[in-house]
Order: sequence, then C-alpha cells, then structure tokens
Amino acid sequence: MQDIANGGGHRASPTPALAPDLDTFPKLAVRNARRMPAKVAIREKDYGIWQSYTWGEYLEQARLIALGLAALGFARGDKTAIVGDNRPQLYWAMLAAQALGGVAVPLYQDSIEKEMQYIIDHAEARFAVVEDQEQVDKLLHVKSECPRLEYIIYDDPRGMRHYTDAGLLSLAALEEMGAKFAREHPGHFDKEVAAGGADDIAIICYTSGTTGQPKGTMLSHRNLIVTAQSAVEREGLRESDEVVAYLPMAWIGDHMFSFGQSIVAGFTTNCPESAATVLHDLKEIGPTYFFAPPRIWENVLTSVMVRVDDASAIKRGMVHFFLDVARRVERRRLAHAPVPLTDGLLYQIGRVLVYGPLRDNLGMRRIRVAYTAGEAIGPELFEFYRSLGINVKQLYGMTESSALICIQQDGDVKLDTVGTPLPGVELRISEAGEVMYRSPGAFQGYYKNPEATRETVAAGGWIHSGDAGVIDKDGHLKIIDRAKDVGRLADGTIFAPKYLENKLKFSPYVKEAVCVGHGRPFVAALVNIDLGSVGSWAERRNIAYTSYTDLAQKPAVYELIRQEVERVNRSLLGEEPLRGAQIRRFLLLHKELDADDQEITRTRKVRRGFVAQKYAALIEALYSESDSVKVEAQVTYEDGRTGTVRADLRISDAETFAGGVPA
Amino acid sequence: MRDDGRSAPLLAVEDVSVNFGAVQALSGVSLDVRRGEIVAIIGPNGAGKTTLLNVISGFYHASSGRIFYEGRDRTRLKPYDVAALGIARTFQNVALFKGMSVLDNIMTGRLLKMKGNVLLDAVYWGPAMKQELEHRAFVERIIDFLEIEAIRKTPAGRLPYGLQKRVELARALAAEPTLLLLDEPMAGMNVEEKEDMCRFILDVHDEFGTTIALIEHDMSVVMDISHRVVALDYGRKIADGTPDEVRADQRVLDAYLGVAHA
Repeated sequence: MQDIANGGGHRASPTPALAPDLDTFPKLAVRNARRMPAKVAIREKDYGIWQSYTWGEYLEQARLIALGLAALGFARGDKTAIVGDNRPQLYWAMLAAQALGGVAVPLYQDSIEKEMQYIIDHAEARFAVVEDQEQVDKLLHVKSECPRLEYIIYDDPRGMRHYTDAGLLSLAALEEMGAKFAREHPGHFDKEVAAGGADDIAIICYTSGTTGQPKGTMLSHRNLIVTAQSAVEREGLRESDEVVAYLPMAWIGDHMFSFGQSIVAGFTTNCPESAATVLHDLKEIGPTYFFAPPRIWENVLTSVMVRVDDASAIKRGMVHFFLDVARRVERRRLAHAPVPLTDGLLYQIGRVLVYGPLRDNLGMRRIRVAYTAGEAIGPELFEFYRSLGINVKQLYGMTESSALICIQQDGDVKLDTVGTPLPGVELRISEAGEVMYRSPGAFQGYYKNPEATRETVAAGGWIHSGDAGVIDKDGHLKIIDRAKDVGRLADGTIFAPKYLENKLKFSPYVKEAVCVGHGRPFVAALVNIDLGSVGSWAERRNIAYTSYTDLAQKPAVYELIRQEVERVNRSLLGEEPLRGAQIRRFLLLHKELDADDQEITRTRKVRRGFVAQKYAALIEALYSESDSVKVEAQVTYEDGRTGTVRADLRISDAETFAGGVPA
Repeated sequence: MRDDGRSAPLLAVEDVSVNFGAVQALSGVSLDVRRGEIVAIIGPNGAGKTTLLNVISGFYHASSGRIFYEGRDRTRLKPYDVAALGIARTFQNVALFKGMSVLDNIMTGRLLKMKGNVLLDAVYWGPAMKQELEHRAFVERIIDFLEIEAIRKTPAGRLPYGLQKRVELARALAAEPTLLLLDEPMAGMNVEEKEDMCRFILDVHDEFGTTIALIEHDMSVVMDISHRVVALDYGRKIADGTPDEVRADQRVLDAYLGVAHA
C-alpha cells in the first residue's frame, strides 16, 4: 500500500477554520463588493459588446434576486434549480439562493425533459431560475410531475409574452419585487447572509453518472471555499486574472473556476455570447486562466490541423517543421535535460513565425495557467500545447472532492501524471489498485441516498475515487483507467481500454473510440470518425459521400483509420505492462455516439457498459471470422422521438507489432 | 392586441391586374391585410404570387386597379418610396451582397433611417459616429433576436442557404417595417431549418407586432402559422379565409390536384 500525506502528516484538523465573516460565498461576495466595488467581476458578451458588471453590481444584482425570492416565501434550505448557458444572471441567482441559506442545484442545459424531471423532483426544488423560453417550456412540461416546484423564473423575456402559467415570472419582475421587499424589510438581506455558516450546503451537483440515475453530490460552503483557497494560493491566482466560463454550469469544474475561485480570488469571469461563438470570444478576451476537458483541446487542435492541411505547401511545411522542433524542445524541457543549441535557436525563430501567431489565433497568448481535466488526456495532445509555450497542466478531481484533488505544479509537469495533491489532501492506493482520498473538499454525502454514500465513503473517511492509479517515486499520481474498466485479456495481459482510446483519439480523424477485450483473445475497437476532418480529407481526394454512415464505410476511410490504429499499436511497444494489448480488429460505427442515445454522458464520457450491450452484435462480429456485419440501431432525436438506422459495417484487421523492434 | 378585423386594413389591394404583353399575370385580384395579421399567399407555380408581392413593393406597376396603404392610395410608388412607408421584403432567390459581412448586409437595412452627410460620414466624426453607433446597436438586437451572433463577421456568400435566408430576414427587420413581405422564406430548407424559421416568424410577429404577408408552398407551415390564407390560381384569387376554410375549399383542391379546365 502506498501512502502519501501532504504536509508530512501535520494536518491540524479535518475541517480547517474559516473566519466566521468569510465562511460562505455570499459573505465573500459582500467582502468583494466592499473591498473592490469598481473591479469588474463578470462580463457577458451581449448585443456584440462585452457588458461588464463590477463586484458592487454583482452583489447588488444577487441581493435583488435574493430579496425577490424572499418575497415569494423562500425558506432557508430551499433548493433552487439553475438551468441555462453560462450567464451572469444565473451565477447571481446561485449566490442569491445561498444568501438566503438555500441550495443551488445547477442542471445541464441540454438535458431532456425526463432527466430534468428526475433531478428537480429528487432535489425537491421549489424554485427554478432558467435562461430562456426553451428551458421554460421543458420545465412547464414536467412541472405536473414535480409537485414541489412552485416558481419558474426566466431571464430572457423573448417569446414569453403569451405565457400565463401560474408561478412563472421574469427575472426583471422578480428583481422589482426584491426592490419593494427591501423597502419593507430593511436589513433583511444582511441578516440572512449573516445567518449562514460554513457547513451549510452550498450546492447539490448531480453527477451525470456512467450508470443508473444521477446522484446529488452535496457540497458545503466550507468544502468549496477551502478547496478554492488552496488552489488559488498554490497557483498564484489574483484579481487581475481573466477566465472564460463556457462549460456547463452544472459541471463542478465550472462551478469551482467561474464561481468559487472567482469569488475567493476576485478575478473576472467572462461569459461568451453563445455556444457557437466560444472560440471567437476566447480570442477577444485572451484569458489568463483557462480550463478545458481533453475533448476541447482536441477539437481546437483538429480545427487547427485541418486549416494547416488546407494551407499552401510552403506554409504547411513550415508549420510542421517548427512544430517538430517545439516537440523536441518540450520533451527535453519535461525531462529537465539541456536543449541543444540549434534546437534552442530554431525554437526562438519558431516562436516568431509559428507558435506566437498560433497562440494568438487560439486566444491563448496571455494564458498563465491552463488545465486539462475531466478525463485523461493523450500525451501527444498535451505535449502539443505545452510545446507552443502554453502552460497546460493536468489536474485531477471529481465532483465529490469539490473538483480538485491533485494539480501539477509549475515546473514539475509530467506527460502521464496528474500532479501532486493539494494542501490538506491525503491520497492512498487501495489493494485493488484504486485511488482513495481524504480532503477538506470531500462531499457531505449524496442527497437522499445514504446507501450510495456508504458505498463511496470507506472507513476513516477515505473516499473511493473509482479510478485505478499509481503514485510514482516523486509523489505524482498517475491515473490508468476507471477502476472497474481495467481488464485482462484471455491470456492475462493487462488491458486499459481508456488508455488505448485516448491514443486513438489523438488522431484528428477519430472522434470517439471504444475498445473491448476483457476476457477475449485480443483487443478490438469500435471507432467514430470525425465528420469534419475526415470529410475535408475526403473532399481533398474527391471522394464523394452522402452521409456520415456512407463516409464511414468508404474503403479509403478504413485504410486511413487502419494507419491510425497501427500507429497506436506501434506506440505501445515501448510501454511495458500494456504492450501486449494491441488492437487487432476494428470497425467504424455508422453513427456518432450521442448523449441523447445514452451512449455517452453529457460530459462526453463513454458509457462503456451500455455501449457493450447495445452493440453486442458488432462486438461478436469483431471476434468472428466475418468481414462485415449488419446493424440496425435506434436513435433518439433532439425532440425525443426515436428512429431506426440500418447499415452494413465493414470490419478491418490491423497489424500488431511484437518484440522490441518497431516494424 | 390582435386586430378584430373591424378597423381599416393596413394594406388594401383593389381589383389589381398586371399584364406582361399578352400574358395576364394578375387579373382583378383584391385582398386586405389587416394590422397585426399573418397572411399566407398560396397557389401553384405561375399563379401570380410573386407578381402580387412585386406590385405591392413597387417593383411592378399595376395595369389597372389600386393599392391603399394605411388608407392612402399608393398605387404608383417606386420601390424606395414603398420602403420608406415601412414595407420591407425578402426575396425568393436570396438577394444579399455576397461579398459583404452579415453585419454589413443587415446595416444596409438601416439605410433609410440614416441621415446622410457625406463629409461627416467620411471622417466618422460627431453626429456621424453617434448615428452609426445607434444603428449598430439596433442591428445587434436583431442579430441577438435571430441568433446569428456566430456569423456576424462572415461574408454572406459563404453561408449555407438556410442561414442566408435568415440574414435576409434580419436585413428586412432592420428597416423596422410595419408590413413584412416574405417570398418563400422556407424554400429549400430541411425540416429543422423550417421549424426554426417558423419560430422566428412567429417571434417577430409577437415581439414587434409586425404585420406579415408571406408566400409559402409548404402547406403544413402555412396552416401552422398564418391567421388567414389567400389562394391564387392563374392570376385570380380563388379563396380567402382561415387556414381550415381554405384547405377545405374545392377550388383550391382542384388548383393543386389539377382538374381539366374547360
């Protein structure tokens, strides 16, 4: 058993003390409004212009919303569902609910009605603050099955003119009620804020869950504030930092960065105009602090590479040459080895010609600290960004730990680890190879689900992370896979599906992949091609196609992906425990894995069990002699209807590599 | 408030005929558009729908008959006079400035609202700057309304057809029209794009109280969004009523399904 207790076991108490006047988010917001009333707290691009709100306005808006809620009879402990894209108004609504001793329950804005109904009903939310008509419509449909839901408050009045439903009102109307309530009850807001304490529940985050119904993770103000503070201190975040809030508000990461740390450190959160403009808005803001799950880093890289491939031969050659230089230099830097003089010089030239313009174009010129989180990142992908001089670091955590457990420290970054624990966090690896932790950010249990809480929290307050990992000689944690997903081939070879999938997904042509092999003679893969990049690849070769399914079944596309699979196989040669698990057969799926079909979660993690069951016939075919398989699949459209897709899928072999000599 | 039909119509077309040489594109068509209404004009190909829209917007002139707008005779106006009255339109075959950005295209819709002063405009100073900012702010509201933020700076010619149609609608809205004429706003769109466009048309009607006359072929769309339907065939009006009435009208069925014309 490996143990690592940060701070050499000097952990004073499991619940660090917070000053009583700064122990909740509303109290911290009051401090910010007093200390830096004119400093910009949050921006939103609206009507083409970045509209700024200072900490003074942030608090005032939250105050009006809170008093409006109070006028509607909000009681301490009441839950408020929050649904919509990242909008200042919705962050204020969270703070407002907390100011009255209530709990914010953020929901994924693209959830279908059934999912919303489950969470709102389970959380017993009395209030819902939502962005627009789309969300109002969904909530009105499920309201009859959520008996506790009384009020739906919407921000954007567009299209709402003819709605007359009881309990439905606009945020503007609510704020007006709040202003009136304030005149009748002076001091009410301050009194309610003062009544709050560090151990009140601040939010309930429903985790998307790869199996079963979502679970409501309860986090207290103390959990979130202590975690935010230790990360802010360790990473040197300050008031002048700028962050872009574009990931779902229901995700703990966004909550920690755009709400928690922003309030703790006083830095500015920027809300993009719409989901479609994120990359453009990123460029305008030039954040200094940035976080993204691997899929976003991947998407950005893919979009860059597609454009590079479309450029003239000279430019393309120049980009590839200097990216190779950067990669060589970065490898030496990571290994703390000296950089050869020529490469050092070339790197400086590349900085002017390629890296600088590229960073600028991506909106990443000013980044001081960037994280990748959510799941493991392909080493090649990670190396690419670091080699451009962007300080991307890996981070590890989960909803149950208030987002953060480990962060790589500046100057101590490795490709394949997630760094060292934050102050106050203790880690150990169980006999079964699972990562366990104790931390001040550790959750207060699953709401109304003591059984699940007992399964997750072991004796002594150690929490099961569900991930398989090891701690290396420098104290870095390395995550291999989900603990339950790590398997063995029929001959006993270790097989880590996620590890292979991430390697596959580094290819710009592969959008998603699912590897199977537990108890089987070899590893096989189901691959989703990336429509954008494979489509543009096909266009350049005059390959005509009619649909995703059609494109995926082109022999030339199979050949393209086969090369990618063999690249992965070759790269495994150097990795001792995993080299035996190479991909021998694969097929290209006829449709993209989709959250609406429950094949991936809303955070785009593959639901392996579900996929294995749904595509059992395909997997059997992969292990048979046949070279094609018929498929018929149910798909769920965005409006909830279902339809059927039929196709013939080819199956292709890929070369595997043995021995120490690369083929 | 929705008009109850008793007040004077916003637009009255009285007994209008249009001849192109020996071809009679419209013969004796009369129709009213009341304030706050959504009126659909339907009919088989060559029925005279676009001609009717062109007469209303001043592209063609009626050979006989009269057109009243807000109670005054407007039969002989030029297109820019019609536009100045508060009538804006979109075209069957998208007519955007392909090389200009979406934003600039929509700004052209504000031209009638701009007070020109070549000198001040050239140096972008004082009132010229103030005016530009005001118009830009207005256009941004429309961009927000039609959810086209992401393509603000994209040249219009590079957009897919469905989005070009939306940009055209945005340009028409930029003129703050009282009456909006839409010539096949949903032609060539897939189901999802059509649903979006329907929602936008209804939202425009709700939000700005704009009166809308539209030509459309998709009967399900027509039935869903219009208050009243006018059917044309061979240049004549053959039906005028609620969607249900028109759908049940034998002459409309004949026109669409075809009968031997004696």
